[in-house]
Amino acid sequence: MSDCCSTTATIEVPVEPRVAGRIRTVALVGPPNSGKSTLFNRLTGLRQKVANYPGVTVEQRVGRLNGIGRSDLTLIDLPGIYGLDSYSEDARVAVEVLHGEMPGTPAPDAILLVLDSLQLRRQLMLAAPVLALGLPTLVLLNMSDLMEARGGRVDTLALAQELGVPVAKISATRGAGLDSITHFLNRKAEPETPNVALAAGRIELPVMGNPRSYRQWATGISTRTKYKAPISNEWTKRIDGVLLHRIWGPLIFLAVVFAVFQVVFSIGQPLSDGFGDVLNGVGARIGALMGPGWVESLLIDGIWRGVASVLVFLPQILLLFLFIGVLEDSGYLARAALIADRVMRSIGLNGKAFIPLLSAYACAVPAIMATRTIENKRDRFATILVAPFMTCSARLPIYMLMIAAFIPNRPILGDLFGLRAAVMLSLYVLGFVAALGTAWLLKSSILKASSAPFILELPQYRLPTVRSLSLRLVDRGKVFLRQAGTVILAVTIVLWVMSHVPFHTDLAGSVIGRIGQFIEPAIKPLGFNWKIGIGLLTSVMAREVIVGTLGTLYGADPATQSLGLQAALRHDLTLGGAMALVVFFAFAMQCTSTIAIVRRETNSWRWPALQFAYMSVLAYVAALATNQVILHFVR
Amino acid sequence: MVAIALLSDFGVEDGEELDLSGAWKLSLLSELAIGTVGVVESLDLPGEIQHHLMHMGFLPEARVMVVRRAPAGDPTVYSIDGFEVALRRDTARAIRVRECETPDTR
Repeated sequence: MSDCCSTTATIEVPVEPRVAGRIRTVALVGPPNSGKSTLFNRLTGLRQKVANYPGVTVEQRVGRLNGIGRSDLTLIDLPGIYGLDSYSEDARVAVEVLHGEMPGTPAPDAILLVLDSLQLRRQLMLAAPVLALGLPTLVLLNMSDLMEARGGRVDTLALAQELGVPVAKISATRGAGLDSITHFLNRKAEPETPNVALAAGRIELPVMGNPRSYRQWATGISTRTKYKAPISNEWTKRIDGVLLHRIWGPLIFLAVVFAVFQVVFSIGQPLSDGFGDVLNGVGARIGALMGPGWVESLLIDGIWRGVASVLVFLPQILLLFLFIGVLEDSGYLARAALIADRVMRSIGLNGKAFIPLLSAYACAVPAIMATRTIENKRDRFATILVAPFMTCSARLPIYMLMIAAFIPNRPILGDLFGLRAAVMLSLYVLGFVAALGTAWLLKSSILKASSAPFILELPQYRLPTVRSLSLRLVDRGKVFLRQAGTVILAVTIVLWVMSHVPFHTDLAGSVIGRIGQFIEPAIKPLGFNWKIGIGLLTSVMAREVIVGTLGTLYGADPATQSLGLQAALRHDLTLGGAMALVVFFAFAMQCTSTIAIVRRETNSWRWPALQFAYMSVLAYVAALATNQVILHFVR
Repeated sequence: MVAIALLSDFGVEDGEELDLSGAWKLSLLSELAIGTVGVVESLDLPGEIQHHLMHMGFLPEARVMVVRRAPAGDPTVYSIDGFEVALRRDTARAIRVRECETPDTR
C-alpha cells in the first residue's frame, strides 16, 4: 500500500530533510477553537490540553501518529490562526512552524486543515493561504455530526473539486471519520507531485494577503458547494440571556464562586480527613511492624509524615480542578472575561487577560503561557507579572491546613456558607486584589500603553463530557502525586537527616535547628517560629513543600510527635502567626517553575528578578501587618 | 488607507447589493441598538487590528447583528456569520455600517 521503505534510511533526528513526495511530518492547521487539539489527542494518543475557548493551544506540540498506527509519522499541533499573518504571539508560532522557520520543529510536508463545519463559510477563508503553501492537504470538516443534526449540509465532493484537495467530514470528539486521514497519508506517501490540481492550474486561489478577496472566494465556494449553515444553537443565546444578564450575570458568577469554596470545604474536608486517617493508619501499621529504631524514624516520622501531610489534600485539589474543568469545557470562561472586561479596563488591562488570570487559579505556569493570545506586548507582560498573585492550587494545602487548625467551623449564612469557606474566599480575593493593584501600578508606570482592542470570540456552550473531565482529574492527580513522590520526598529525606545530625542532640541542637534559629529573628515579628522559617526556605521550590516540611519537623520533635499536624501547629503558633503565614503565601512567589517560565516568556532575567523581589517584600510586609493587627485587636 | 480604498471600490462591484437592503442609513456599529442588523461599509482601525478583524469576517457587505451588551454595558456581543464576537465600544466605533430596517430580508 505505501512505499515508505523505498527511500534510503535517514538519521533519526527530529528535524529530517524533506524528501519530495514523502510524508514525514504532518501539521494540524485551523482557526481557533476548531478542534485541532482534540483531533491531535485522538491521532497521537497524547493528552494535550483541550477546552472550549479560543486560544487554548499557544505553542506547537509534537507527537507520533500512534492513534492510527502510523508511529513513523510526526504530527504537529499548532495554535489556531485566522490567516497567515502573525497577529499575536501564538499566531506567530503557528506561522513560523508552517514555513519551517521554527528551530527544533521539523517543517511539515503535509497539512490537515481542520475547519469547524458549523461556521464553514467564514472558516474557508483560511483555506486560501493554506492551500497556497502548496503542500499536500486534507481538509477536515470537524463537528460535521453536529452540523447535520442541526440541519446543515455541504457537498463534500463538490468542495473537494473546488479546492483541488480531498475533503472529509469528521468528528474529533467522537473519533468519527478518522480513517480518511489514514487513507490520505497512505496515498500521499506515494511519490507524486503535491497538490496536482493547484500545480496544473485547475483551481484558482484568490489574491494573496487580501482578506476581502479570500472572503469572496470563500463565499463563492460555499454557494457552489450548496453549503447550508446549521440553524444556530438557540441554547447558547438563551443561556447567555441569563449568564450575561445585567443583574443576574454578575450575581450568578459570585454565587458560583461561593458555592465552589463551600463545596471544597463541606465535601472536600471530610474526604481529605478520611484520606488522612487512612494514610496515618497505614503509616502506624507499618511502623509497628518494623519496631522502633532509626529506620522506622526515617520512614514513618520523616518521610511518611512529610509526604502524607501533603497527600491528604488530593481530594480537595481534585474538586477544585473539577470546577475549573467545567468552567473551561462549557465555554463559560470567555463569558467571564466579558463580564470582567470593564474592571480590567479600569486598571488598564485587556479583558482578554482575564482568561489567563482565571486559569492561574489552577497553576500560574500554563496561565503565563496563555498570555500569548494577548496581542499587545505591554499588556501581555503586565499580565505575566501579576499572574502569580492568583491563588494557584499549590497554595491550597497550606491554606487548608492553617484554616482547619485555627478557624472554627462556624456557619455564617446558615449551612450555606461557613466561616472557614469565608476565610478561604478572602485569601483568594486578597490575591486577586493584589494582582489588580500591581497591574494598575505597572500599567500606569513602566508598562504604560494605549488601550489595546478587545476582540474575543465567544464559543457556543457545550456540555462538558465525563470523559474529558475525568481525564483532566487523572492528569492533575498524576502531577500532584509526582510532585509528592519527587520534590517533597527529597526535601523530607534531607530534612530528616539534617534534623538528626549531629547525633544524640535534640531537634533544636541539630543542623536544621541551628539554621532555623539563625533566621528566626528575621521572621519573629511575623509571628513565625523557626520551623515555619525552614518551611519558608524549602517552599521556594514549590509552595506545597512547606506542608511536607512542617510534617517532618513536627514529626521529628518529641514534644509534638504524638500529635497530628493540626494539633501540633495549634500547640506552637498563635492565631496571628497562622494568619500571617497564609497571607505571606498569598503574596510570595514561592515557585521555581513560575520563575523559570517568566524568564522564558519575557526572554530576560530582569522581569522574574523584579517580580520575585516585589512579591517577597509585599509578602513580608503584609504578613507583618497581619500578625501585628491580630495581636493588638483580637484577644 | 485601506479603509478608504475598500469603501470606494465596493460601490462599483457590489452596487446591486445596495438596492436589496432597502431603506438604510449610515451609522457606526457602536451606535446600533440591540437586535438590529448592520451591513459593514468600511473599517478604520490600525493596520494589524483591521487585518485581524477582516480575517474574522468584518468585511464590507458582511451582515452584523447586535446581540447583547455585557453586564457593564461594554463590550458588546455581535453576531457575524453565525458566530459571536465581543468588541469594545472603541473598536466598534471604527466600523461604519449601513443600518437595515428589516433584519430578516436576506
